[in-house]
Amino acid sequence: MNTLYWLVKREFWEHRGGFIWAPVITGIVFLLLNVMGIITGEVLGFHHGINVGGMNHQDIASAIASLDAHQTEKVGQALDLAMLSSSFLISVVFAFVVFFYCLGALYDDRRDRSMLFWKSLPISDSSTVLSKVIAAVLIAPIIVVICGVLTGIAMLLLFTITLSFHGVSMWTLLALAHPFQVVGFLIGSIPVYLLWALPTVGWLMLCSAWAKSKPFLWAVVIPVALGVMVSWFNLLGSADLKSGWYWSHIAGRVLLSVFPGGWLHDTAARQLGENPDNIGHLAELSSSYAALAMPDIWIGAVAGVAMLAGAIWFRRWRDDS
Amino acid sequence: MNAVVTASGLSKRYKNALALDNVSFQIPSGRIVGLIGPNGAGKTTALKAILGLTDFQGQLSVLGLDPRNQRDRLMEQVCFIADVAVLPRWIRVREAIDFVAHIHPRFNRAKCEAFLARTKLTPNQRVKQMSKGMIVQLHLALVMAIDAKLLVLDEPTLGLDILYRKQFYQSLLEDYFDEDKTIIVTTHQVEEIEHILTDLMFIRDGKIVLNTDMEAMGERFAEVLVNADMAANARQLKPLDERQVFGKSIFLFDGVDQAQLKALGEIRRPSVSDLFVATMKGTYA
Repeated sequence: MNTLYWLVKREFWEHRGGFIWAPVITGIVFLLLNVMGIITGEVLGFHHGINVGGMNHQDIASAIASLDAHQTEKVGQALDLAMLSSSFLISVVFAFVVFFYCLGALYDDRRDRSMLFWKSLPISDSSTVLSKVIAAVLIAPIIVVICGVLTGIAMLLLFTITLSFHGVSMWTLLALAHPFQVVGFLIGSIPVYLLWALPTVGWLMLCSAWAKSKPFLWAVVIPVALGVMVSWFNLLGSADLKSGWYWSHIAGRVLLSVFPGGWLHDTAARQLGENPDNIGHLAELSSSYAALAMPDIWIGAVAGVAMLAGAIWFRRWRDDS
Repeated sequence: MNAVVTASGLSKRYKNALALDNVSFQIPSGRIVGLIGPNGAGKTTALKAILGLTDFQGQLSVLGLDPRNQRDRLMEQVCFIADVAVLPRWIRVREAIDFVAHIHPRFNRAKCEAFLARTKLTPNQRVKQMSKGMIVQLHLALVMAIDAKLLVLDEPTLGLDILYRKQFYQSLLEDYFDEDKTIIVTTHQVEEIEHILTDLMFIRDGKIVLNTDMEAMGERFAEVLVNADMAANARQLKPLDERQVFGKSIFLFDGVDQAQLKALGEIRRPSVSDLFVATMKGTYA
C-alpha cells in the first residue's frame, strides 16, 4: 500500500504540469474569459442602453420575482449548467492530458532508459502499471473535479454578483441553483469515468508498453486501419460486419473513452432526444449511473483490464534496453 | 562458501546471434568480479539474465532465487547501476531520496545523505541540471545506502573524467564493500579496476574463456622480458603473445613452469589488459 502511494506520488512529481497546472490554468482562463464577457456586456449595455430582453433593472428583478414554480426550476437548471460548463472545459483539456499521459506512461522511460533505474528497485511491474492507472483515472479526475467545482462556484458568484448590481438579490438566485447537486454529480461520476475510460487507458498503455517507437502512431493506426477494412468489406456488401458499430463500439472506445461523459451518450442523450426539456436532468447522478445498467460499460472495462494485463506482461519481458 | 550466483548451461539467443552459449559459472560471496570482454561478447546479456531483465535458457540461481519469476523479491537484495545516464531527468535529488527511502526496505537514509554531503549536489537540483559525473554521484549515493548482497555495475563510469572514475571506485571500496557483499562489474577501463578485483572472467562470443581469481592468475600467467638471443627458445614454449619493447621481446605464457621461465629472463605479473588483449586476439578480424 505504501509502495503504491509513493508510486502514484512519483507520477505526480513527473507530470505536475499536466495533472495539476493544466486544470488550474484552464479554470483561471475560463474565469477570465467570463469576466471579460460580463464587462463587455456591462459596458455595451451602459453605452447603448441595451438591456436583457429590453427590461431595465427593476424589470429583471420583478420578472424573477414573478416566475412561477416551473420557470424558477428552469432558471436553477440554467445556473447549474453554467456551473457545469467550467468543468466541461477543464475535462476536455484533462482528457488530452490523460490520453498522452497513457501513451507515454510505459514508453518514455524505456526510450530514455530510466526504466533501468526503476527496475533496479524492488517494485513489481503490476504495481508500476497499477499506479499509473490510478494516477490517470482516479487521482487526476479528483483534481479536475476540485478545480471544476471551485471554478464553477466562482462562476456562479460572478453571475449573481453581476445581477445583484441590477437589483436581483444574490441569495434569491443562489437559492434557485443546486450547487450541491452539481458537486455530487461531478464527484459521483468519477467511478463511472474510471470504468468508462478503462478500454482506452488499457489500449494506450498496451501500445505504450509494446511499441518499439512511435506509440501514438501504433495506437491510432491499428484501430483506424481495422475500421477502414471493416468499412471496405461493408462496401463490398458483406452484411455480417457493421462498420458503424465498429467505429462507435471498438475504435471509439479504445481511443476516445478518456473524454468524460461519453457514457451519457446512451442514456441522457436519448432522454434529451425524446424531450429537450430534460436538459436540466443531465446534471443528475441518476443519468450517469443509468450507464452502469448497460452491458457496454462493463464489457469495455473487462477488455480494458485484459489489455492492462498485457501491458504488465510487456513491461516485464520487453527486452530492448 | 555459498554461491551468490550459480549459472549452468546458460544460453540466450537473439534473432541473429547467440549472445550466451551454454555458459556455466559460480560467483561466491564477498568477491569483486570483473566481467570483461569485447563489445558484443555477451557481458550485458549475462548481467541482464542475472537481474531478471531478460529471458534465457538454462539454470540460473541468484541468492537462491530464480530471476525470471522471483524478480520482485530478488531486487530487495540486488542493486544495479546500468550506466550513468539512467536516472530520470525530471527527478530532484530530494525526490529521489524520498522515493527510494519509502520503496526500499534496506535503504539507510542517513548514509545516503552523509554521502551526498560530500558532493556539490543540492536537494532541489534536478538530474537534467547535473553533469554526468554528478548524476553518477547521486546514483552511487542511493545505491551505497542500500544494504544489498549483490551489486551489479554495467559500465558505471562510461564517459566520466578520471577524477570521478577514481572517486567512484574508491568510495565503493572504502564505504561500501565488505565480506558479505558481492560486486560484479563490467568495464572497458580495465586498468582502473585491476587493483580492486578479486576475480576475473573473460567472455568472448558468448563463452567464458577465462575464469580465475587474481592470485591464481598470477601463478598461471607470467610475462617474461627476453633478450633477443633467447627469443627463439622462448617461442618454443608456445607463448600466448609476443611484443617488442626496446629491442627486447616480452612474452606472455600460460601455465609454463616458473623455473623454466626464469632461465629466459626477468619474470613479471602480466597486467589484466595485456592478458585481455592476448586472449582476445583476432576477435574483430
